[in-house]
Amino acid sequence: MMDDDRHVDTSTAARAQPTSDDVILQVSNLGKQFGGVAAVSGVDLDVYRHETLAIIGPNGAGKTTFYNLLSGRMQPTSGRIVFDGRDITGLPPHRISRLGVSRSFQINNIFEDMTVRENVEVAVTAFRGDSHRWANVASRNVPIQDEADGLLARLSLSTLADRRAGTISYGDKRLVEIAVVLATRPHLVLLDEPTAGMTPDETHRVTDLIMSLRASGDYTFLITEHDMNVVFGLADRILVMHRGQKLVLGTPQEVRTHPEVRRAYLGDAEEEIAT
Amino acid sequence: MSTDNQTMTVSSRPSRKSSLRRITVLVLTVMLVLLIALPWLVPYFYIFIATEILILGLFAASFNLIFGYTGMLSFGHAAFFGMGSYVVAMLLQSFQWPLLACLLAAVMVAALLAWVIGFFCVRLNEVYFAMLTLAFGMMVFAVAHQWRSVTNGSDGIAGFSVTSFGLGLELTLGNPSVYYHVVLVLVVLAVALLYLICRSSFGLTLRAIRQNPERVAFCGLNVRRYRLAAFTVAGAFAGLAGGLMAPFLRIASPELLHWSMSAEPVLMTILGGSGYFLGPFVGAGVFVLLETWVTSMTQAWMLVLGIILALMVMFFRRGLLGTILHWLQERK
Amino acid sequence: MGSLSLALLNSLDIGLLLFIIAVGLSIVFGVLSVINFAHGALYMLGAYLAFSCINGLGMPFWLTVLVAPLAVAALAVLIDRLMMRFVYQREPADSLLLTFALLLILNESVRLTWGTGIHVVEPPALLQGTITLFGGIQYPLYNLFVIAIGGVALVGLWLLFNKTRVGKIMRAAALDRDMAQVLCINTRLVVTGVFAFGAWLAALGGVVAAPMRSIDPGMGDKIIIESFIIVVIGGLGSFPGALLGALILGLIHGLGGRYLPQINLMLPFVGMAIVLLLKPHGLMGRRASL
Repeated sequence: MMDDDRHVDTSTAARAQPTSDDVILQVSNLGKQFGGVAAVSGVDLDVYRHETLAIIGPNGAGKTTFYNLLSGRMQPTSGRIVFDGRDITGLPPHRISRLGVSRSFQINNIFEDMTVRENVEVAVTAFRGDSHRWANVASRNVPIQDEADGLLARLSLSTLADRRAGTISYGDKRLVEIAVVLATRPHLVLLDEPTAGMTPDETHRVTDLIMSLRASGDYTFLITEHDMNVVFGLADRILVMHRGQKLVLGTPQEVRTHPEVRRAYLGDAEEEIAT
Repeated sequence: MSTDNQTMTVSSRPSRKSSLRRITVLVLTVMLVLLIALPWLVPYFYIFIATEILILGLFAASFNLIFGYTGMLSFGHAAFFGMGSYVVAMLLQSFQWPLLACLLAAVMVAALLAWVIGFFCVRLNEVYFAMLTLAFGMMVFAVAHQWRSVTNGSDGIAGFSVTSFGLGLELTLGNPSVYYHVVLVLVVLAVALLYLICRSSFGLTLRAIRQNPERVAFCGLNVRRYRLAAFTVAGAFAGLAGGLMAPFLRIASPELLHWSMSAEPVLMTILGGSGYFLGPFVGAGVFVLLETWVTSMTQAWMLVLGIILALMVMFFRRGLLGTILHWLQERK
Repeated sequence: MGSLSLALLNSLDIGLLLFIIAVGLSIVFGVLSVINFAHGALYMLGAYLAFSCINGLGMPFWLTVLVAPLAVAALAVLIDRLMMRFVYQREPADSLLLTFALLLILNESVRLTWGTGIHVVEPPALLQGTITLFGGIQYPLYNLFVIAIGGVALVGLWLLFNKTRVGKIMRAAALDRDMAQVLCINTRLVVTGVFAFGAWLAALGGVVAAPMRSIDPGMGDKIIIESFIIVVIGGLGSFPGALLGALILGLIHGLGGRYLPQINLMLPFVGMAIVLLLKPHGLMGRRASL
């Protein structure tokens, strides 16, 4: 049940590592076959509550498919997923979402014809179970408006609140996406390349936000990333995927020094970090 | 007033938004006054035109709840409209119920039919949805056409008169002017309710579903259920419109169920603009007036209809209201 | 026994004819992602053109089968270049709306040109009369001809899609239009070609059906509903699905017409509803193959 190559290295950690007796997500032998191609195969993973787990690997390594399986967007062809003690394998996305899992997408997936505030409103309304209410005036619902505004403020999006989401910059759109993801108060947040295409300033906003969320609330983060600075700055552990399989799982230090990983993937990235 | 273009400008200017709102309220109030006074202002013939516009406007607005708001294109909406007509016609013919009671029955039956048909249709993507609504709509038409013993087949149900309104009100509903005012009151009330629904959290959710159903699912909502709810509510309003139509036409016939009838709200909505709450009404007005004018000159009304729809879709997708508002925006 | 054989023959007859028509609809959807609501009207146009060619111009049937569908295909090319091109890149609703408008235009144009009456076309002299088959059944020769044509079309289309370059291009474009473009396949040509091909198939169906059925302005509506039911049962964009759906519908008409005439009209819808409940994307699944 427990992997042997996972050693919790407390000496190099800047903060207390989560302990292994509180697993929020347990993935067993997860696989997804498309015809003859295995996009994901035989992935075993235990994610600890409150940790930040980064998932790295080249394009096509199966990271997004992995997310799709976790969030219910795709049905696995093998394996099990247990979230917070519940078996969520094969559940539809809206059910998994309700249980406390939320994800962002690689390509912006927001409501382009609505204002930024309305985008968040939709998610807040859904979380509060008010989406079916047909006799109120949505734009005058103070608790929902306040919550939406609060979330926008945390992401420094307040000035854009009344702008149509389709008209704002790419980086801002991704921030709106993150706001929508957070609006449903998830316990497990799956971020799919959250800083892709962002300016350094926007990237900082995101990493600061994640750090502040970690400090203040009950969040566990899974982040797929190509930006190694973000990865090594945030991750408690790193999962390296290759061709749909788990290659290495360990602390940043372990991953950095792992011969296979080094050879295959971190060669270029290390230069990036050095310069 | 718009389904999604609430801030049509890139940056929001509260002053402009509220002045636009004030103008809209003013225009609507004036229109309402004119509508109430209509029978004394225009030639007799136009009372019939106005009644028809109001009824079809409600029909089109109910369609736009599914199309403009929830993003589902239905080609079978006349099934609920026609069903409403038949229910009222049958009840009047057999039991002479007060009109309000008949209308209530029409709404409920239409809603039920919408729930059943919607159950099959909303589970699938928009292409299947369009085909299936057309198919099921034609199925209802076929039933009405064939089932002579119940629906009197292609002859339809006629020979009924509406005598009492209900609620103890004594109204000579046979008088076109009186009936017009009854229709006006009921349609205004229905539109107000529809507007309330569109502005609610439910309406917000529907708009979100139109734009990005997947994202809505990931917010934890069962999108199918919301689509079905919207479809059923829209069917109910269409049933009300159909119910008002039966005493107006003095007949309920299968034509009211045919896909060519389903085409009318589609065209009216595209004509007026699917992105705005009042678009379907604008479209209904233009449609009926255009129809009256064209049919007086030629037999080719359907052809003209098709050409106009094609031109609107190709070049003026925003509709009349949308194009005008957009043009006004560009000028400032 | 004879009655059953007759019903089955009728089923095959109707089924294969429906296949020719429905597969055109399915192909256009598979490659262009557009449901052509006017597909039935194109079928009707083919039938009316056949009427004019045969009864009006005195053209032999064989020539009509050649000429009429081509004329409709040419019209389809015009429609594609002048109208459809505006909506291909837009959201699906727009192309649905435009083909719906096309339906109105074509329906009314036919009505205005040929009137609302019913027209009749006689089968060519060579194919008139009945033939005695096994079990002593008398079966119209022309209906056998339709079965033959259906069979030829089936084989021909299968060969087209699986053995020819054109077919491969169509299947490639169906799977990934952008990729096909990258591979320098002239997608504009493919788009127009496929749209015209679909129209050609519909019109061919109309010409072939003309001597068998009465030609009236409502025939387009009837056939489009049937085509929809077929592709829903069989699965949109699927070649074997269209065949399966068409044969099933043929069976429903053939057997239903014989044994359950009262509810015959409702049966196709009931069948469709059942399939929708069990397999929402059709018996052959979503885009099973082209």
